[in-house]
Amino acid sequence: MATQTPYEVLGVKSDATADEIRKAYRKLAKQFHPDLNPGKPAAEARFKAVSAAHDILSDPEKRARYDRGEIDESGAERPRYSYRPHAEGAQGWKYQPEGEMDVGDLDDLFEMFGRGGRRGGARGRTTGGRGGEGFSMPGPDRHYSLTIDFVTAATGGKQRLALSPDEWLDVTIPAGIEEGQILRLKGKGGPGFGGGPAGDALIELHIAPHPFFRREGDDIHLELPVSLSEAVLGARVPVPTVTGPVTMAIPKGSDTGARLRLRGRGIHRKRQGKEVTGDQYVTLKVVIGASDDPELAKFLEDWAKQHPVDPRGGMAQGASHGAAA
Amino acid sequence: MIGFDELMRRFAGLNAAELSRWVENRWVVPETATEEGGERWVFHEVDVARVELILDIRREFAVDDEALSLVLGLLDQVYSLRRQMRRLCDALEQQPPEIRDAIRRALPPAKTS
Repeated sequence: MATQTPYEVLGVKSDATADEIRKAYRKLAKQFHPDLNPGKPAAEARFKAVSAAHDILSDPEKRARYDRGEIDESGAERPRYSYRPHAEGAQGWKYQPEGEMDVGDLDDLFEMFGRGGRRGGARGRTTGGRGGEGFSMPGPDRHYSLTIDFVTAATGGKQRLALSPDEWLDVTIPAGIEEGQILRLKGKGGPGFGGGPAGDALIELHIAPHPFFRREGDDIHLELPVSLSEAVLGARVPVPTVTGPVTMAIPKGSDTGARLRLRGRGIHRKRQGKEVTGDQYVTLKVVIGASDDPELAKFLEDWAKQHPVDPRGGMAQGASHGAAA
Repeated sequence: MIGFDELMRRFAGLNAAELSRWVENRWVVPETATEEGGERWVFHEVDVARVELILDIRREFAVDDEALSLVLGLLDQVYSLRRQMRRLCDALEQQPPEIRDAIRRALPPAKTS
């Protein structure tokens, strides 16, 4: 759980007046004071948190320092982190001035370099046979990060990556990529100099979570809601898979928790040169839906009398054993 | 990588409208992740550091939006130039020792006063 801000601890807004803060503090302090709550460690902990929050917020200077992020919730100095390492790091390209200043400027630099060489240094260069232009160097690699949706990660596909505010690259995502995997696109990095080859683009891939699919290795897991009648009588129902819906037979007399396998409906990919195919596992969850239906209620009244079932039977036993141990 | 809400929590003095405006102005450029039901902003470390930088500039120097735009533009140019210099230095570093020495000798001394 994330740490609460002093404002959250006192239950006041971040623009609360000194008066509001004092009132909130008094109310909570009374409520959780250890003398009024003897033997309740939770109350004591709350009291301490409330006092610490008040300590910061009641002092205008401390409060201002907290708001500026100079101190943390406990009043301790927060390490200041500098922007520079980020600006000069792998992601810093994002905030470079428009128009890929990058390449143009270096080209300018090298142009200056070439001119200088030709003007002042005709001596040593003629022996090289290529005159003053023999400078070449491969371009630099560029690093990117790309979040792709779950299904694209499973089946493969194309996703667009912004290289800069007005430059795009359509990245081909191979099927079954893993979280954190790095794609290397040859020649998609910075351009080379003086005829040197371009660098590579290194793209770190992240997978966004899916509302109902879950992945374990090459298998896909899914919880599938089924109706009471589908579970009891059996049915053929549509089930989503990463490659589109398929029809699955629910056997007669199924129950919540029953796990069915759709063979070959998981991730299909090449691993170390071999084709590998995962399965999809479907866990049933019985949903009554019409639980206020009078007909169903009527039927169950009669049925329950003749079929006494206690689904919690094992639980009561387990619990008493647990207590005795 | 953090979302909008977590970023808001991290900086007590930040408000949502303000942060949205910064993104609109492209002072902060989060990644846009597409999800069911819409798009979501994802802030990387560099973006978080950038938010902190903007907060600092605004508070400590009482700079308004217009001046801030200028300040950020200049800062970005400086960092961009530093990146160029770094690349150039890396390239020089990869040269054989005799070339590096020759360059060192050819560099005019920096003016000191």
